[in-house]
Amino acid sequence: MTPPPSVTPEHNPTALASRQYSTFTVGNFFFGIEVLEVQEVLRHLEMTKVPLSPSVIEGLINLRGQIVSALDMRTRLGLSPRTEHETSMNMVVRSVDGAVSLLVDEIGDVIEVQADAFESTPDNLPPEQRDLIRGIYKLEGRLLLVLSTERVLQVSAAN
Amino acid sequence: MEDREIINEFLIESGENLTRLEAEIVDLERRPKDPALLASIFRTIHTIKGTCGFLSFGNLENVTHIAENILSQLRNGERSLTPVLTSVVLETMDVIRREMASIEATSVESGETYDDLRARLTRTCNEIRQEQGESAAPPAQDKSVATNTQESRAAEISESSSTAGVAVVAGVVGVVPELPPPAAKVAPATHPVEESSHDTSPVAGGNAIDMEKQTVSKASIADSTIRVDVGLLDKLMNLVGELVLARNQILQFSSKQDDSTLNATAQRLNLITTQLQEGVMKTRMQPIGVVWNKLPRVVRDLAASCGKQIQLDMDGAETELDKSIIEAIKDPLTHIVRNCCDHGIETPEARLRASKAAQGRLLLRAYHEGGQVNIEIIDDGGGINVARVKQKAVERGLLRPEHAEQMSDREAANLVFLPGLSTAKEVTSISGRGVGMDVVKTNIEKIGGIVDLVSRPGQGTTVKIKIPLTLAIIPGLVISSGGERFIIPQVSLLELLRLEGESGKKQIERIHGAPVYRRRGSLLPIAFLNEVLRLPGVAAESDVLNIVVLQAENRQFGLVVDDINDTQEIVVKPLGKQLKGLASYAGATIMGDGRVALILDVLGVGQRSGVLSEAREHGRAEDGRHDAGHEDRQTFLLFRAGSFERMAVPLSLVARLEEFPASRIERAGGKLVVQYRERILPLTPLSPALGGAPTELADPAQVIVFAEGDRMAGLVVDQIIDIHDETIHVGTSSTQPRLSGSAVLGGKVTDFIDLPAVLCTTDEAWGSGSTPKHHSPVPVLVADSSSFSRGQIRNYLELSGYPVVEASGASEALAKLERHPVGAVVVSLPAGGANQLVDEMRRVPSLKSIPVITVSDDTAAQDAGSFDARVDRFDREGLLRSLGRLSEALQEHSPSAELAGVGGREQKQ
Repeated sequence: MTPPPSVTPEHNPTALASRQYSTFTVGNFFFGIEVLEVQEVLRHLEMTKVPLSPSVIEGLINLRGQIVSALDMRTRLGLSPRTEHETSMNMVVRSVDGAVSLLVDEIGDVIEVQADAFESTPDNLPPEQRDLIRGIYKLEGRLLLVLSTERVLQVSAAN
Repeated sequence: MEDREIINEFLIESGENLTRLEAEIVDLERRPKDPALLASIFRTIHTIKGTCGFLSFGNLENVTHIAENILSQLRNGERSLTPVLTSVVLETMDVIRREMASIEATSVESGETYDDLRARLTRTCNEIRQEQGESAAPPAQDKSVATNTQESRAAEISESSSTAGVAVVAGVVGVVPELPPPAAKVAPATHPVEESSHDTSPVAGGNAIDMEKQTVSKASIADSTIRVDVGLLDKLMNLVGELVLARNQILQFSSKQDDSTLNATAQRLNLITTQLQEGVMKTRMQPIGVVWNKLPRVVRDLAASCGKQIQLDMDGAETELDKSIIEAIKDPLTHIVRNCCDHGIETPEARLRASKAAQGRLLLRAYHEGGQVNIEIIDDGGGINVARVKQKAVERGLLRPEHAEQMSDREAANLVFLPGLSTAKEVTSISGRGVGMDVVKTNIEKIGGIVDLVSRPGQGTTVKIKIPLTLAIIPGLVISSGGERFIIPQVSLLELLRLEGESGKKQIERIHGAPVYRRRGSLLPIAFLNEVLRLPGVAAESDVLNIVVLQAENRQFGLVVDDINDTQEIVVKPLGKQLKGLASYAGATIMGDGRVALILDVLGVGQRSGVLSEAREHGRAEDGRHDAGHEDRQTFLLFRAGSFERMAVPLSLVARLEEFPASRIERAGGKLVVQYRERILPLTPLSPALGGAPTELADPAQVIVFAEGDRMAGLVVDQIIDIHDETIHVGTSSTQPRLSGSAVLGGKVTDFIDLPAVLCTTDEAWGSGSTPKHHSPVPVLVADSSSFSRGQIRNYLELSGYPVVEASGASEALAKLERHPVGAVVVSLPAGGANQLVDEMRRVPSLKSIPVITVSDDTAAQDAGSFDARVDRFDREGLLRSLGRLSEALQEHSPSAELAGVGGREQKQ
C-alpha cells in the first residue's frame, strides 16, 4: 500500500538520518546507492545486444527468467568506455518499472553514514552529472556520491 | 471486516446479475411473452432487492422495489412491455449500478433518493392499476396464450414432480387458472403470499422457498465451481511461462546427454508442462459473450436516440478467448458497433427508399480459425461512401490526389482507419469526431491482431478482426542475422524462400537502389535485416540468400536473414521502460540455452526499412495471397513418390513440409507415426497408398503435413520437386481410386492425388470421394471460408474442366461475381453466410438466375432451402452431378451463345 521507503528521500535529501549505502566505483568515482534500492549484486552475465538501442544500454540479461536491461554506468556518466579486458559487475536495482542492472567497475562494502556528513551537490559539477547525484557524504579520505537511481534510469529510446 | 466481505460478495454477485439482467431485458423486447425469461428477470431483481434490504441500503431497495412491482405486473400478464417501460427499467439498472459504485468506494449509498425516477416508476406502475380498474380483463387473445402456456407448464411440472413433492404439485395445479405463467416449477405455489406481502420484509415468504429451490437445482454447479482471483490466474500463467522456458532448457540439455533416465524424465516433464500450459490457459479463457452481453443495450439505446430500428444478432458468443484479450477488445468492439449503428445503418425512411427492410440488421460473429479468433461485425447499412472517404483524406492531406485515383475501393474503405478521418456529415455525441477507428486499429494491432474492412455500397459494411487466442505464449521462427538471434512471430510469416548461388543472388533486382524480388510474377519489396538493425553484414559472404516473406497490415515484404533456425513456442516478455520506444521489437524471450533473444515487431521492422510506408499511401497488394490479376491461378506443390514421378497437390491444402529422421518415426497400431508438436502425427507412405510398390523409408523422410482443424496427417513422399503457379486448363479424370486425375503443369503431365481419399486411409474422418465424369466449360465461383476445403473443391472442379474463381466470404464472393461472369456458385460459408450470399444474389438482377449449390458438412440436413442443390462436403460425384445438371438446365433456359461467351471471356482473363 505505502510506497517503498527508498522513494521518499528523493525530494528531501537533507533529512536523512543514519543510513546504509551499497557502494561501488565507476572510473575514479565512489558511488553509493541506498541499500534498500539494491536487489542484488552479480558477476558478469552473458548479455544480448539490442540493435538500435541508445548506447547507454549495454544489452539484456536473463536474471532467473526475468529479462533485465543493463545500463553501462560509464556511458551514463559520460566517462571513457570500458576496454575489452575490463569486466563489469551487475548491480541490480529495483525500480517502479521492474529491475534494472547497472554495470559498474567494482563493488564495495555496505557502509553506514551519519546524516551530518551530508551535503547537497556542489553547483560547479557538470550539469549532466549533477542531475544524477542526490548529494555527497564527506567520508574520511573520500567522498561518497549518492546516486539518484530514478534519474539514472531515465533513458528513453526513440526509434 | 466481515460486513465488508458480505458487501463485496453482494457487489460481485449483483454486478454479474445486472449484466445478465440488461441483456435479458433487451431480449424481452423481442420475446415479450417468454415466461422463463420473465421469471428469470423477476428473480434476479428480487434477489438484488432482497440483499439491499438485508444490508440496509434503503434507497437502493426502494428504487428496486418499484421496478420489481412493474416486472411483477409484466409477469402476471397484467400489462405488456412497451419501449417506455423498458427504458424506465433500464434506467433503474443504471441507478443500481451507480449506487453500487458508490457502495464499492465508500461502503455507503450516495445518499441520493432518486425521487424523480421513483416518481416515474410509481406513475408507470399505477397507470396499469388504473387501466386494470377500467377494463377488468386483459385482451382475450393474451389470455388464451397465457392459458396455453399454463397448461403446458402444468404438464411439465407434474413430470418433474419426483423432486418437487406431490403436495406442491397439487397446489400448483389447483391455483393455475388464476396464475400467470409460472416462474419456475415451485415458485408459483408461493406467489400469492409474496404478492400480498409486497411491503413487508423482502426476504420473507416466497423468497425463502425461492432460494431453497435454487439451492436444489444449483447445488451441483456450486459444488463443482469456485471463484478465483484473476490476479492468481495471471500469476499461474507467468509461472507456467517460466516452466515452459525451463523445460526448453532442460530439453536442450538432455538431448546432448546419453543418460536414458534423464531423457525419459525430460520427455515426461515436456509432456506435463504442455498439459499444464493448456490447462492454465483454459482457466483464463472466457467466452466472447462476456463482452457481447453489453452490446444489446448499447445498440438499443443508440437506435432509440438516432430514431433507427436495429436488430442485433450474435453468432458464436461461446467462442473463447484469453481474458487479457477479452479486456483489450472490449472498447474497440463497442466502438465499431457504435459506428455501425450511427453511420452504417440508415434511418427507416432511407432504408425503405432503398427498398430494404425498415429494420437494420447488425450481426456479430465469432469463430476460431487456424489458432486465431475471427470476429466479424456485419451491418446491412449504406456501406462506406468511398468517394467521400477519398475526398476527405485528400482534404486533410492524408492522401495524395494521384494516389486516390489509383486506389481500389477496398483500400479506400480502409482509409477510415487513418487518424483524423471521419466521414460523418456532422459530429454527433456518438461518433464522427475522427478519433476512434484509428484507435480501434491501434488497439487491435497492439495485441497482435489485424483489422480489415470491406464495404459494399448500399449493402453494408463488414469489419473483420483477427486476433490471437492468447498473448502469453506464441509460436515463433528463430532466425539469425549479424551474429544475433531474433524471433519472428509465426502469425506474420507467409513463406520461406531460399536462393542459392550466384544465379540466386541475381534474382534480387534493384529499382533505384530498392531491392525487389519477383515472386510468382509479382514484385516483393526486400529488406536486409542486418541493414535495418545496423548489424555487421554476414549475408554477403554466404552464397545462400534466405528470405522470410512476412505480412503486416495486409502488405507483404521479404526480409533477408543469415540463417533460419527452427520454430519454437516462446514466452513473450516485455522490454524494460528504457527500450519501450524501439518499434522494431515486440518484446524478448529466453531461449533454450538461457540467453535472451529479441522478438521482432514485423510492422516496426517493415516501416523502419521503408518497405511499408508509414502513411500507407498506397498499398501494393490489397488482398493477402491473391494478387488482383492472378486470382484464377492456383499454386501447386510438386513431388515424387515411388513410381509416380510427378504428382501435385494444391499448396493451399498443405500445412507444412517436414523432414523427419528415421529414428523419430515410430509405430502405433501397425501404422507409422511421429511425435510432432506435442501430438502424434500419423504418417502414410504415399506410393503404397496409391497402389504402387512399397518403398523403403528414406532417412530423413520427406513428409507433407496436412491439417484441418484439429486433424493432422502426414504423407511420406520421396522428394519435393517444386512449387508451381498455374491455372489448369486441360485435365483428365482418373480411374485409379486415389488419384483425382492428371493435368499439364509446367509443361509436363502431372498426377493429382485425391487427398481426402488418401488421407482416409490414415483417418476415417477425412471423408472420401469418387470419380468425376462431367465436363462443361462454365466458370464456377467457390465461396468457402476454409482455405482447405476451398482448395479441395477447386481441385475437384478444375480437374473436371471447370474454371474456378475463389472467394473466402460472402462479401468477397459478391464483389467477384460483379467482375467475373460465372455459370454457377458453390458455397460453403458458416452460420448464415451462405444464406446471406444467396439472398444478396437474388436481389441483383444479373446474378438472380445463377444456380447456387451449397456444400455442407451436415449430412443430416437434406433441406436445400433457398439453394438449388445441397451436397456433402466430400461428395465429389454429387457435386459434379449437381453442377452438370444445373448448368445444363441453365443452358436450356438462357441463350446458349451468351453462356458460351461467358465461358470464353473468363478463360481469356
